[in-house]
Amino acid sequence: MLAFTLRRAIQAVGVMVAVGIIAFSMFRFAGDPVSQMVSIDTSGAEREAIRKTLGLDDPVIVQFGRYINNAARFRFGTSYQFRQPVTNLLMERMPATLELAICATIFAMVFGILMGVYSALRRDTWLAHLFQAISLIGISLPTFLIGILLIYLFSVTLGWLPSFGRGEVVRIGWWTTGLLTLSGLKALIMPSITLGLFQMTLIMRLVRAEMLEVMRTDYIRFARARGLTTRAIHFGHALRNTLVPVITVAGLQFGSVIAFAIITETVFQWPGMGLLFVQAVQNVDIPIMAAYLMMVSLIFVTINFVVDILYTIVDPRLRSTVSRAH
Amino acid sequence: MTEPVLSVRNLQVEFASRRGTLRAIDGVSFDIAKGEVLGVVGESGAGKSVTGLSVIGLIDPPGRIAGGEIYLAGRRIDNLPPEEMRRVRGKRIGMIFQDPLTSLNPLYRIGDQIVETIRTHLNLSEQAARRRAIDLLAEVGIPAPEKRIDGYPHEFSGGMRQRVVIALAICAEPELIIADEPTTALDVSVQAQIISLIKRLGRDHGTAVMLVTHDMGVIAETSDRVAVMYAGRVAEIGPVQDVVKNPLHPYAKGLMGAIPTLAGDDKRLVQIPGSMPRLSAIPRGCSFNPRCAFAFDRCRVERPEPLARGAQSVACHLYDSVPAESAA
Amino acid sequence: MSEAVVPHSAEKRTAAAPGWFRRVLDSDLLYSFRRSRITMIAAAVTLLFFLLAIFASVLSVQNPFDPAQLQLMNSRISPLWTADGQSPFLLGTDEQGRDVLSAILYGMRISLLVGVLGVVFSGALGILLGLTAGYFGGAVDGLIMRIADVQLSFPAILIALLINGIAKSVLGNKLDEMSMLGVLVFAIGLSFWVQYARTVRGSVMVEKNKDYVAAAQLIGLPAPVIMLRHVLPNTMGPILVIATINLALAIITEATLSFLGSGMPETMPSLGTLIRIGNNYLFAGEWWIVAFPGFALAALILSINLLGDWLRDALNPKLR
Repeated sequence: MLAFTLRRAIQAVGVMVAVGIIAFSMFRFAGDPVSQMVSIDTSGAEREAIRKTLGLDDPVIVQFGRYINNAARFRFGTSYQFRQPVTNLLMERMPATLELAICATIFAMVFGILMGVYSALRRDTWLAHLFQAISLIGISLPTFLIGILLIYLFSVTLGWLPSFGRGEVVRIGWWTTGLLTLSGLKALIMPSITLGLFQMTLIMRLVRAEMLEVMRTDYIRFARARGLTTRAIHFGHALRNTLVPVITVAGLQFGSVIAFAIITETVFQWPGMGLLFVQAVQNVDIPIMAAYLMMVSLIFVTINFVVDILYTIVDPRLRSTVSRAH
Repeated sequence: MTEPVLSVRNLQVEFASRRGTLRAIDGVSFDIAKGEVLGVVGESGAGKSVTGLSVIGLIDPPGRIAGGEIYLAGRRIDNLPPEEMRRVRGKRIGMIFQDPLTSLNPLYRIGDQIVETIRTHLNLSEQAARRRAIDLLAEVGIPAPEKRIDGYPHEFSGGMRQRVVIALAICAEPELIIADEPTTALDVSVQAQIISLIKRLGRDHGTAVMLVTHDMGVIAETSDRVAVMYAGRVAEIGPVQDVVKNPLHPYAKGLMGAIPTLAGDDKRLVQIPGSMPRLSAIPRGCSFNPRCAFAFDRCRVERPEPLARGAQSVACHLYDSVPAESAA
Repeated sequence: MSEAVVPHSAEKRTAAAPGWFRRVLDSDLLYSFRRSRITMIAAAVTLLFFLLAIFASVLSVQNPFDPAQLQLMNSRISPLWTADGQSPFLLGTDEQGRDVLSAILYGMRISLLVGVLGVVFSGALGILLGLTAGYFGGAVDGLIMRIADVQLSFPAILIALLINGIAKSVLGNKLDEMSMLGVLVFAIGLSFWVQYARTVRGSVMVEKNKDYVAAAQLIGLPAPVIMLRHVLPNTMGPILVIATINLALAIITEATLSFLGSGMPETMPSLGTLIRIGNNYLFAGEWWIVAFPGFALAALILSINLLGDWLRDALNPKLR
């Protein structure tokens, strides 16, 4: 178990170093950092001075070491457009993105599992067919179109929900939350659905397929032969065995949800990291782009690592093979 | 003797398929008395397993019981509503499947699976059910049951898992156990242990056992009576000694000829030519006629019905109005 | 049985065609196509969209991106069937007096162009890298496949956005419409190569150890050439499926980038750009400026996805 954890940890660090190289290359080679920081009439001498203070004359490997060192302490330099430390900008916006991503994931899990279980157990009912149709639409409609459609329905036509922003937020330490006010909660509804819909269809398809697969297994047949109630078979045995892979996938998808939030945040002008990133791409604000890449990668790698470890805890078979492997 | 524990009368099972309805079981009848072990033998596809599944009510669509009756201790069970049939399964009929490796849910401790089954059928507290589970594990021969009860299925060997499966099948003291190829997936060395365990349990508790297998050796060792099935019908049924020593049906003769004996006589094993017909292409008349060395015109036209010959019963035209000697 | 389904005339005509093409016809592909009504509708819609895009300039009432043809007095006209509709603007006009239908036709052309070129580029890149990885094996294989693994765990849109941003930074102000189109194709290509590479690599691994490769080498033929002839026909089916599904993904990605403001500029808009523009007028009640481009995009993607699903099922006998 320890060897397994260690191996996974080394892999995770490897990926982070690779991402660090990409982020550093972006920062260093994609355009000249100095020219981004000065105005056109800055003299050559002044440019040289800035170049020196940034250490851009040092050997590349030294610069890379410095970049990684800083990144490890969450220092990503100064934004070209905001003239503020990138870290501050990201931290300010992180609660908005995380709250949105968590709400979207909960929405996706709850409805995805319910719809998936229903369409697996009642395969030929009209409701199951409706769910299948919804899943096809959820996969085919681009996220931003769904957002626009929801805004048109619930903001423009019905006027029930706000079309942009987080509503009123409450500050708790450095964290800001929209979960404690009515307007904050209302503002969360449409962005969460927009962001979660794709995951929901994914989870629904997965639950349905897994459940149908599990229902065909010998141990379900044996459970029936033991005279267990339908309820115990469906929800005790079949669902539990279905949920192991489903939770893994949903967990692994959480990183994607954060990345996909870029689109949702733009549609709803949600003040999160994604919106910051989109603006950075438009304005060629490389330090923010590089920092965002590092942050999202870190989240990805952490989740992958945690899910791998959790998986072995949930599934007893893996636990012993893993501990036997070393 | 009183009423048989299980009585199957003229059972018919059909499967709907794209090519029309296939009849997997066509007019099967047999009884099993209290404490008796009935061996059901035949090639794969003969309908042995389907018969077992019909008795316990686990024929799933597209299959269905199309005709006949099944009685458990005199009470008809093939037409029970699903919920009542569920109460019969596990409580009055226990079932053992072929592959112990896949019969247990890998995510639950074996103790949880046994306790769950006990509490479904018997009104016991959690603790009482757990004590009973430990006793059961001890009875089926699992060493240190009070420790092993908290193990997961993957921590048990194949033979030990089959013992757990048997414990699950008998945990509510059923009147009938259906064992569907209980030893096929096991090592040869373990097979004998499992067979004698099933035999002992049947004897100790007076349980009737329906033992489905394609292994004549297992039947000869365990069963009191044997039913030979072919293409969804019972070809011959009778006391195991009679059928093994003096098989009447040409197919049963072939089957017995195909058992190697330890006596070591250098006669070559007899082989039955050809293979069993597919369900979609069962021949007219006696379904065995294309492979039968004794087949005559009547066999190709008319289906033979079971005829009593002493303690045996055989479905073959050779025994109809023809002296037995000429056939043997 | 399947041979009987194929008409003899078709067999004759394809006798000279490459092996995979014949196999496609020999399979019950056509048969399953004619049996699925929804697939036929999807194919018809896809074909219609391609034709509309190709003949956009003939079908449009105006060139929506030639400022000389736009008149401000025609701005914000609602669709023809509403009370304020005006001929010839079937689906209404936008802020600048641009005919929405014409804009959709021209935008569809850009969307499809970027999508098709992106798929071609990612396919070429993926096949090349897959062949390289499979043929050389060892460290080269390890490197390429590890990159593929890591990239696969990141959403394509994030990668495309990053590449887009880097390209902007490197090229600076030199980005005109056509080079933006190139950047999009490049970004999409780099985002979607992994699946092709994996498929081709797997097939190369299988073929590599077969006797004919050694035999070919013995008579002096270069192994890569020989393998290419065997590997490509074997992988054509799966690649076709990946390409179809990726076409939908590429169009979505382009539309999303354009919607986010990092794609096609307003002077040469794709469907995504049109939706971005139209989104600004949603609150003013001018729903048609965004609704019709959105509907066109959704219908296009849905049709291509349905075609892809059918193709996958039809070419994979295991699933039937």
